[in-house]
Amino acid sequence: MKKTLFDKVWDSHVVHKIENGPDVLFIDRHMVHEVTSPVAFLGLKSRGIPVMYPGRTFATADHNTPTINQHLPVEDPLSANQLKALEENSKAHGISYWGLGHEKNGIVHVVGPEYGITQPGATIVCGDSHTSTHGAFGAIAFGIGTSEVEMVLATQCIMQQKAKSMRINVNGKLSKGVTPKDVALYIISKLTTSGATGYFVEYAGDVFRNMTMEGRMTVCNLSIEMGARGGMIAPDEKTFEYIKGREFTPVGADWDKAMEYWETLKTDEGATFDKEITFDAADIEPMITYGTNPGMGIGISNGIPTAESVEGGVATYKKSLQYMAFHEGDNMIGKPIDFVFLGSCTNGRIEDFRAFASIVKGRKKADNVTAWLVPGSHKVESAIKEEGILDILHDAGFELREPGCSACLAMNDDKVPAGKYAVSTSNRNFEGRQGPGSRTLLASPLVAAAAAVTGKVTDPRGLMQEELV
Amino acid sequence: MAYDKFNILKTTGVPLPIENVDTDQIIPARFLKATERKGFGDNLFRDWRYNPDNSPKEDFVLNNPTFSGKILVGGKNFGSGSSREHAAWAVYDYGFRCVVSSFFADIFKNNCLNIGVLPVQVSAPFLEKIFEAIYADPKTELVVNLPEQTITLTTTGESESFDINNYKKDNMLNGFDDIDYLLNIKENIREFAEDTPL
Repeated sequence: MKKTLFDKVWDSHVVHKIENGPDVLFIDRHMVHEVTSPVAFLGLKSRGIPVMYPGRTFATADHNTPTINQHLPVEDPLSANQLKALEENSKAHGISYWGLGHEKNGIVHVVGPEYGITQPGATIVCGDSHTSTHGAFGAIAFGIGTSEVEMVLATQCIMQQKAKSMRINVNGKLSKGVTPKDVALYIISKLTTSGATGYFVEYAGDVFRNMTMEGRMTVCNLSIEMGARGGMIAPDEKTFEYIKGREFTPVGADWDKAMEYWETLKTDEGATFDKEITFDAADIEPMITYGTNPGMGIGISNGIPTAESVEGGVATYKKSLQYMAFHEGDNMIGKPIDFVFLGSCTNGRIEDFRAFASIVKGRKKADNVTAWLVPGSHKVESAIKEEGILDILHDAGFELREPGCSACLAMNDDKVPAGKYAVSTSNRNFEGRQGPGSRTLLASPLVAAAAAVTGKVTDPRGLMQEELV
Repeated sequence: MAYDKFNILKTTGVPLPIENVDTDQIIPARFLKATERKGFGDNLFRDWRYNPDNSPKEDFVLNNPTFSGKILVGGKNFGSGSSREHAAWAVYDYGFRCVVSSFFADIFKNNCLNIGVLPVQVSAPFLEKIFEAIYADPKTELVVNLPEQTITLTTTGESESFDINNYKKDNMLNGFDDIDYLLNIKENIREFAEDTPL
């Protein structure tokens, strides 16, 4: 029988099948962070059971950490308590813990790939919906709730019904200024935030083949924003090249054995999907969102659609525009903004900082803009310094903060004030997501950079200069 | 974690006819700092429910004493966004045992099933009928019958069946959770793990 990539990885991890019920799926790697794990550890304690395979679990602190003065004690007592709980739980159960100040600390979905924890054909879960990021390597990776975190800690398994399959093809060549973020926002704008609910997505076609690994991570990261549990891309030479030599990547004979498996990880010719959609790369321009969910995105040169022209309820749509204080038909270009956030598990990697720097180089941050540039990890932070990007940022009037999830979900002090507009490279523009009353415009690092130097929504294509070396 | 068994629930419903209600609305991230599962109901729909000075927003349904009950009736694509189980905890802790919608986000639905909140997916026209019935008379009762997998409007007797897999249904009826099941097949898991390199 012809199998999809998703079938191959899923089927090889099924420990047990329950009739008219879920599959018991073995989890190769489990990542935990401070926010969604404490209650799971408490559950283990009350049951009196240990972590079954502590070597398969990795802990990092990211969601609830400050992005300045990380060398000092965490000021907020609740946050400090949560960080302490993760540290103690990790220690008690023999789990690797990359806490604040640790050289490997960073956003869970940034550090996983950086250290080779993320590998093709693996099953990876984490109590965070953007776990889909790791699908860029041909892994089945998805977010879970705290009860499931406890399940994986206790038994290294999860109970899930196998999702339906969807293939999204994007063929052709992307135009100048169109980044992986734009491709993802474009797809979500076409599918809506619930268009892929119940499906696991495979991304295929020239655009993804030609994309860097970091670009693929950005795309897979956003799978959840169209409702999909996860998204994946078949591994290829680029994937193998990326993971080779990383700390947790197999070496020698183990590498050869792993490669034998990894090279089988592609959808068989003739395998069928429950749903298949194809887009043309030429139709995509730099994107920006105007509403309160990631599906409310448009090409940056377009006007805001009318309520009648979009799918869904008119009342909900109007409520959304009212929250944003935007009107049907408004042009996005030229709208004044107050904040710029570069970072998150979506766009907090070195290529994102290179892209941002390529626009701000030789220019100055607009006076009306507060910019938070937050690397996804210490490794990214080091690269920013080593590549001379930090100097470019400083010359343009920007500061670099310390790694963490930061203003993406605003659990720490990085909160956009009520009524203010932020152009953000993160993943959600929900009401209040970046702070109570905040208004978020999701976009790529190029669009964020253009906004940062002009103080308003600006088409980055007019500002693009020679690429950084 | 153990939860109360679910069998037949007969109660009034609280209407929230908004689409794409995301988990950041259900419980904003700044209320996720606890290390215990306590008190999340107080912050359910925090920013829709309270002004910045913590005074209640009178036009929000949870602040309207006309509406009450153990069933929350939401618009299409309920629970989209983050995987935070805190959203389901907040719903449960506030006192809801069932959420009715015409479409649920995947992870939220799973989280509900894992903690004893029954997600009931109905057709869009039936959802409209439920909203209409509640607005016409907030004392309208709904009956959610898990053994029969039906939801009925008592005022008109109109009913629809809903889907749930047998395994989860059995868990909800008995108050079991998945870990109980998994611990029972631990030896199978161990054998599987031995063949699966890290």
